Amino acid sequence: MYRYDEFDHDFVKARVAEFSDQVQRRLAGEITEDQFRPLRLMNGVYLQLHAYMLRIAVPYGTLNSRQLRMLGHIARKYDKGYGHFTTRQNIQFNWPALSDIPAILADLASVEMHAIQTSGNCIRNVTADHFAGAAADEVADPRPYAEILRQWSSVHPEFSYLPRKFKIAVTGAERDRAAIQTHDIGLHLKKNAAGELGFAVYVGGGQGRTPMVARKIRDFLPEAELLSYCTAILRVYNLYGRRDNKFKARIKILVHETGVEEITRQIEAEWQELKDAELKLPEADIQAINAYFAPPALPDRPEGDAPVKQARLDSKSFSEWLDQNVVTHRHPDYAAVTISLKGIGEVPGDATDSQMEAVADIAEKYAFDELRVSHEQNLILPHVARADLKAVYDALVEIGLATANSNLISDIISCPGLDYCALATARSIPVAQEISRRFASLERQREIGELKLKISGCINACGHHHVGHIGILGVEKKGTELYQVTLGGSADENTSVGEIIGPGFSSEEVTDAIEQIVETYLGLRLNPDERFIDAYRRVGPAPFKEALYAGETKAA
Amino acid sequence: MKVLTANRLSDGIAVWYADGGWAETVGHADIAHDKAAEDRLEAIGAAAAANNEVVDVNLIDVTVINGVVEPVRLREKIRAAGPTIRTDIGKQASPAPARAA
Repeated sequence: MYRYDEFDHDFVKARVAEFSDQVQRRLAGEITEDQFRPLRLMNGVYLQLHAYMLRIAVPYGTLNSRQLRMLGHIARKYDKGYGHFTTRQNIQFNWPALSDIPAILADLASVEMHAIQTSGNCIRNVTADHFAGAAADEVADPRPYAEILRQWSSVHPEFSYLPRKFKIAVTGAERDRAAIQTHDIGLHLKKNAAGELGFAVYVGGGQGRTPMVARKIRDFLPEAELLSYCTAILRVYNLYGRRDNKFKARIKILVHETGVEEITRQIEAEWQELKDAELKLPEADIQAINAYFAPPALPDRPEGDAPVKQARLDSKSFSEWLDQNVVTHRHPDYAAVTISLKGIGEVPGDATDSQMEAVADIAEKYAFDELRVSHEQNLILPHVARADLKAVYDALVEIGLATANSNLISDIISCPGLDYCALATARSIPVAQEISRRFASLERQREIGELKLKISGCINACGHHHVGHIGILGVEKKGTELYQVTLGGSADENTSVGEIIGPGFSSEEVTDAIEQIVETYLGLRLNPDERFIDAYRRVGPAPFKEALYAGETKAA
Repeated sequence: MKVLTANRLSDGIAVWYADGGWAETVGHADIAHDKAAEDRLEAIGAAAAANNEVVDVNLIDVTVINGVVEPVRLREKIRAAGPTIRTDIGKQASPAPARAA
């Protein structure tokens, strides 16, 4: 995986020294909060309800065991023994003292990590398919391009004060696991008829108070023009993006208000000035970055089939875990494993210090030292020999991380909500926990099949509720929490924004409502292979409205 | 009825103005019963922020139950107690618990 070069080391070290000095000056009262706030935000430090929060970048979700062990160390030494993996493949700590943050950043720098550009109106952490480099359906690993974008966008002088934050995601497979159409720029790495690599380019996706599905503005951009084209997009946005209104400042609004044809024309015109010039990526540079991401040498391990078959017969729970959390690898002797951070009734995305250390040990022993954070708030072991799956499973059982619920209704994305977040209007984690408990039976979950349930505690939509098959948005109404339900959202290659099904539900009612929706689906699906989202797209909202509200004269 | 709240600069911990200083629990915060008292608390908050003791200073609505101050809004109840999903951490984990929701 990617290793810092001399420049990266010096850059991060210099930034740690600079921010440490800024923290010291703030604590000494030499700079005011108004002066300090933008500086701390540029370094990932927020102020939440209970304390500061530090958001640490996990570039394109890729970690090694040393890095995960360091995150466990930070959780134990400076926080309250746990961390929260986020929907942007990052990790957040909820309780660090400002006075400890210089030491935390120094510890992070020692394992090539940092918190730069995890906040602010800049280009944020570039995210990627969490199965990158392992997926059987991948055309090429998207992470080298995510890394090129990271290098280009880090303290980019022209793009450090954009109208608003800017998020880029890259996938290397037709099946989109990186939710690229919900990003400011979504890049789909593909090959053209001549076998050359390039990108389909999507612009203007986003969630928040105005959810929009990105528009494809180019079907094939040669890989060498990645930076020239992204620069053209950012220039048009930087120039015309709405700085007058924070709620209209994202590029999605610009694309919507300008019209996709006109904005494409503007971007292409800008690009004509930039292409074939200094931003064109030299083939040697692409190769050099690609070399960093060279997959581990995977020796043939054909002995895996027999023990896996036997273990399946011996253990129903192992068999279920295989079915649910283990996916096909490009190498037939290997598999990619999802480590669910969604134990029944637990906080989605949270892991304790000792769990992080134990997972790091597993990755080191069985997974070529590689780990991923998924935007669905789980951890991934991308390369595990099938012969080692039972050993990995047993090790995960020991630390309580073997829940076999990947892609099922209890694999819930949830933002921190009002339990931590200063922006939240309602709690989201307790709703996730109650739904998870209600559907605790794995047999029932598997009968329901793939169902993406996503919960946000405010309209900013960090919990991706707009693109949940079932989405839940918590708001405050007359001093109490009210939960609005949307159906039909999706964040894959067929991205759609869910529709509000009707009046909201109280915290006491919402789990019943979800159960009602699920039962309605089970009653109307054509067969068990028709997923919730497919059934909803076929029948529309009417049967669900009927089930939820029939006979009621409920106030909106 | 309002009390003055903020987060302490050095560690970000939620605090409430009580008895001439900043307390880590809301229970005995100084209460403003009228506009003049609110103005006085606001001035104290502004001075404390200017003096780099606290950040994010706000007046919040409270009630008094059995002689103990309790915030009205859920957000402020959670700030005063800790995450409702982890009652083992935050202020509620201390000997004198104040549980939200």
